[in-house]
Amino acid sequence: MTQTNHAPADTEQRTVSLTIDGRELTVPEGTTIWQAAKEAGIEIPALCHDERYDPVGVCRMCVVDTGGRTFPASCIRPCESGMEVATSTPEVERSRAVLTELLLADQPPREEDPKQTTTADNELIEVADNYDIATIDDLFKGPGRGTDTSNPVIAVDHDSCILCDRCVRACDDVQGNDVIGRSGKGYSTRIAFDLNDPMGESSCVTCGECVSACPTGALTNKPINNIPIRPRSELDAVDTVCPYCGVGCALTYYVDRERGGISFAEGRNQPGNQGRLCVKGRYGWDYAASPQRLTAPLIRVDSSYPKGPLSADVKDEAQQSNGKRGRGRKPGGLVPYEEVLPHFREATWDEALDLVARRLGGIFAESGPEGIAGFGSAKCSNEEAYLFQKLIRTAFRTNNVDHCTRLCHASSVAALFEGVGSGAVSTTYGDITNADVAIITGSNATANHPVASSFFKQARRNGTKIIYVDPRSGTVADHADIFCQLKPGTDVALYNGIMHEVIRLGLVDRDFLASRTTNYEELARTVEAYPPELAAQITGVDADTIREIARLWGEANAGVIYWGMGISQHTTGTDNARCLIAMCSITGNVGRPGTGLHPLRGQNNVQGASDAGLIPMFYPNYQSAGDEKARVLFEEAWGTELNPEKGLTVTEIIKSILDGGVRGMYMLGENPFLSDPNINKVRKALSQLDFLVVQDIFLTETAEFADVILPASSYLEKDGTYTNTDRRVQRGRKVFDPPGDARVDWEIVQEIAQRLGLDWNYRSPQEVFDEMVPLMPDYANLSYDNLGSEGKLYPNPDPEHTDGTVVLFDDRFNTADGLAHLVPAEWLPGKELPSEEYPYVLNTGRLLEHWHTGSMTRRSFALDSIAPRAEAYVHPEDADELGLKDGELARVTSRRGEIVLNVKISHREARGNIFIPFHFREAAANLLTIDEIDPMGKIPEFKFCAVRIAPVADRVSTTVGGSAS
Amino acid sequence: MSSDTETTLTPVLSENWDRPDSFTLRGYRETGGYEALRKALTMEPDGLVDLVKASGLRGRGGAGFPTGMKWGFLPKDNPKPRYLVVNADESEPGTCKDIPLMLANPHVLLEGIAISAYAVKSSLAFIYVRGEVLHVIRRLKHAVAEAYNAGLLGKNIQGTGFDLDVVVHAGAGAYICGEETALLDSLEGYRGQPRLKPPFPAVAGLYASPTVVNNVESIASVPSIVTNGVEWFTAMGTEKSAGFGFFSLSGHVTNPGQYEAPLGITLRELLDMAGGIRAGHELKFWTPGGSSTPIFTDEHLDTPLDFESVGAAGSMLGTRALQIFDETTCVVRAVGRWIEFYAHESCGKCTPCREGNFWMVQVLERLENGAGTEADLDKLLDICDNLLGRAFCALGDGAASPVISSIQYFRQEYIDHVEQGGCPFDHRKSTVWGGEA
Repeated sequence: MTQTNHAPADTEQRTVSLTIDGRELTVPEGTTIWQAAKEAGIEIPALCHDERYDPVGVCRMCVVDTGGRTFPASCIRPCESGMEVATSTPEVERSRAVLTELLLADQPPREEDPKQTTTADNELIEVADNYDIATIDDLFKGPGRGTDTSNPVIAVDHDSCILCDRCVRACDDVQGNDVIGRSGKGYSTRIAFDLNDPMGESSCVTCGECVSACPTGALTNKPINNIPIRPRSELDAVDTVCPYCGVGCALTYYVDRERGGISFAEGRNQPGNQGRLCVKGRYGWDYAASPQRLTAPLIRVDSSYPKGPLSADVKDEAQQSNGKRGRGRKPGGLVPYEEVLPHFREATWDEALDLVARRLGGIFAESGPEGIAGFGSAKCSNEEAYLFQKLIRTAFRTNNVDHCTRLCHASSVAALFEGVGSGAVSTTYGDITNADVAIITGSNATANHPVASSFFKQARRNGTKIIYVDPRSGTVADHADIFCQLKPGTDVALYNGIMHEVIRLGLVDRDFLASRTTNYEELARTVEAYPPELAAQITGVDADTIREIARLWGEANAGVIYWGMGISQHTTGTDNARCLIAMCSITGNVGRPGTGLHPLRGQNNVQGASDAGLIPMFYPNYQSAGDEKARVLFEEAWGTELNPEKGLTVTEIIKSILDGGVRGMYMLGENPFLSDPNINKVRKALSQLDFLVVQDIFLTETAEFADVILPASSYLEKDGTYTNTDRRVQRGRKVFDPPGDARVDWEIVQEIAQRLGLDWNYRSPQEVFDEMVPLMPDYANLSYDNLGSEGKLYPNPDPEHTDGTVVLFDDRFNTADGLAHLVPAEWLPGKELPSEEYPYVLNTGRLLEHWHTGSMTRRSFALDSIAPRAEAYVHPEDADELGLKDGELARVTSRRGEIVLNVKISHREARGNIFIPFHFREAAANLLTIDEIDPMGKIPEFKFCAVRIAPVADRVSTTVGGSAS
Repeated sequence: MSSDTETTLTPVLSENWDRPDSFTLRGYRETGGYEALRKALTMEPDGLVDLVKASGLRGRGGAGFPTGMKWGFLPKDNPKPRYLVVNADESEPGTCKDIPLMLANPHVLLEGIAISAYAVKSSLAFIYVRGEVLHVIRRLKHAVAEAYNAGLLGKNIQGTGFDLDVVVHAGAGAYICGEETALLDSLEGYRGQPRLKPPFPAVAGLYASPTVVNNVESIASVPSIVTNGVEWFTAMGTEKSAGFGFFSLSGHVTNPGQYEAPLGITLRELLDMAGGIRAGHELKFWTPGGSSTPIFTDEHLDTPLDFESVGAAGSMLGTRALQIFDETTCVVRAVGRWIEFYAHESCGKCTPCREGNFWMVQVLERLENGAGTEADLDKLLDICDNLLGRAFCALGDGAASPVISSIQYFRQEYIDHVEQGGCPFDHRKSTVWGGEA
């Protein structure tokens, strides 16, 4: 049923024979002299050439003698039959030595060189040493080309630059950001950011790919938190995975053990990310070293009952409903420790854990399974997710266990289960390279999945047509062949219109429909009612564009769809995803290379946490909690009786608390305050809980309502496996010990389990993994040993020898009958349409530099420096009409609350739409959002509610903050 | 040694330059202009390509590549549009032929473009003109407008069904954009830097489409070949360097200017026509084809100025820009000024050209000021080794040429600077006014 990595076509390769330094070689036609020499073990020095990039032949260090009038650059000259190449004649070597002198003449002295004094791997100096060039006495120093320190984490020294263009290729060809070029000519030529702007003011996204490309001291990392950057040999290299998004980039942290900190991070080769990183992965790891880490268990003091919010911000908002205006609100976004901590006292682990077990156990004894619920986290490992759901399910015999997947792709997963029988992606992000056409929709991929987006951009440069469908003109639009800026919440109408046209043009795949799908007729009947003109009317996209997309999609040999929260976070989220499944199915675009369905996963381990059963309706591996057979399987495996009723979802649990159902909660690494819709309702619910234990690494807003706070470990302090958006299971490795008395999460869960009478004795995450695998058919054959350094894709029939399955469903779907179930959807408008009072549509989402509630990223020097404040993005014409000015304050109000934040005039918004990132506590976008949910996926409509926006009249006295109305 | 038969001027492109209306359509037509186009449009395009091949016309931009053969390299099966690009970015020091031609007779270029575009089956041609010569750009644009109005450009030219649009594009002042691939990058809106070759423009040129890039004088020569035939053309010049061309004399010569003559003429003959070296002085050194070609001395007065003979004598015919220097000129100073030009105009793409020219300027400066050493000559030659044939494009070769050849012929003069601790020349004497003193 599956297809593994496709082998290259078996074409006949023509060869040429030549001699290099007297050795007879036969190489495939097109091989460069440099490459042929390298394969023969002959090293030709080169500065501009790096096998990661296309050769450019600009440094001229690699010239060789081919017997002709000129010495060609071997990195670009293809081998020719009969060629006689000499790579190091005295004349050639003299040429290289002079070239080295020319380059070296103007370099900073090596004791000041930004590279030599840090990682000590300046390649020019290495070449100079090979030619014994220490000082240059017959050339004097030029006037210099300057330095640029405007980027917070990358230093630019133009004097060290040898203009090899590696950074240009890294930026343009690999990351597709097109920021770096050249300016000036002759000696004053420099690499340039945009139009020779300072790097920190340019459109640079600080991915650091240029730093990793630079052979000299021109582009180097600046130290973060005063941990100096030192040679790799002096540092401890820890191979692990990035803790941020679902792309799951493999990386290496270089750790300074003496100073107890990370010196720098580097991308690591793995079939997915191929060594690439984004700003968060490369520079955003210092949050774990924050002095605000929790280091001892905390118990709420008696005087701080009855429970309620503790920080002035939140209390003020509570008071405001009584008509009192709050005191000044603190901008800055972090929970004020000095206000919250006095309400807790430090406790020993035993005391805290005993209390948790006694209280949760007590509530369970009184109220039964309905009284308890747990939120796990998609940031924790597979093993922790597994243990957490096992604890909730076995100790409290309830399925009330959920995590933030509910808030991201629950609707996608619901539609995928219904349609193809599996919630995981059917192909990888890298498989776009095999697609003729890719639709990227509802995804600001350049910000939210930056490394995956770099492959999208690269695919386009290699000929894949990109259709970008999104109400915001994100950076992806700059790289799209067709950008389709639809009105928010009109996705179903658009795709129905496209399918209408695909069918009308006869571009459906009849064989595929007949042999692989059911219910096509009903789908066809539904979309029949959506001619492009009607779709155009609803979506605001012109009918010709819809027709063009239909033709392109219908005629593509291989088409693939990548989508994000813009599809799922709607009350019609499941319908939106159903349309995408139908789009692929009617054109036969599933099950082959370059085809398929890929919901881009948000959290680093949202796939794994879901796989491991952190969902109220599923046991591990999506075995239905309502299914007798599955229940029996797990009852036997876990040796206990399980609850046959499905549990409640995140949003339902909040409602249940208010209704007096759930009374006790265990929250592991979740902070539903900023990430759940309608914060005020969440606050009310949490205040009402009889007992709340919060396990986290920082004081969060949620912790203000806790009875007990348990100091946990950050990602960097534990071992475990994580499953990325591609279904790649990778090992995360411990970098540091947890600070103070903080403990590793899985151990804490086990301690509580033991105190609740469960006989748990895991000695390591590996033991947990070994327990999981036999219960999870998709993970079959995987083990810590065979995951290796690159991880493995699941399903994987032979992890010892293959990377795993890229393309799923090549001959049947995972549904019971093996067919794709097409489900037609009618377009429904958003739940809260703009009105006279609230005339704008609010869209929420993320920024490149920030992550969710900001508890990590706002404690990262790099990320907080680059994006320090909350902003509302407004179209210039709307701003003009409303009198909003860039950088000035505005008040955004919905029926549920209001926030004050800075205005950012943005050409990327459509008129009538406002975009607010939800990371900023001081201007929490989710004070405004609506808690209407998708009926099937139970996902909240984060992407659509009605607001009004106005300038803040009194600009001086108002600080940024939120307030409830 | 002098030539057996006296060579005379052969004014073709410059024949009507002294007509006051030479640059107008009417003036051009009155002297037979656009008759060649009429004739060409009755021919098969491939026949025209064969005609130009048979004429032996070689590129007049410096490299001397056979024009017809270049046209023949266009792939037959490429479905993309074809472009004709005229390189009018004349910037080489000493070279002043295309600009006067376009100023005095822009229509001969347009007629050549129309015929050439028809021959290579292109319907869009560009003239990439050096941006500094605004007066020429104006004349060209005016001429293009006249030609459109007269139905000589645009749709359905002269009722033949042949369409051709011509775009005049002004460069932004970079010498490197005279290099054909840098020119194409610049024309596409990118920073002008030479491209990796292959692919050559004929296969993937402008917008990655098959493209012919020809010099102004090459294209302007086409109408006369169409009108007068191959035999007429090959009767001029030598066997391998057929036809006529502009010889631009400048410097210490009595009557500087453009002399249109058959290839193979000698400097001695040209000097006779130009009134000789300025009075009271004698020839010291000269460039046969602009500053990028190795210099010659009075030993080379009788070297036939055709591609082969000049090459055999150790230089290149180049653009036939004969800069003539008499004995008042300090060769170190002259070479220093040239290298300053190359250092300034290096695009910076490759190391030897960017760094090498910069450092050569420094070394030449200290040599000229008497602060250099004899070892500096080796330094210069080492740097030149890195430029000659090893730089990314021919700009590097060009920069190395005057340095290497001047050291070859005038090594002692460099050493004199070192030994005397300064320049032995009185530079006033080399000026226009100083020579009379």
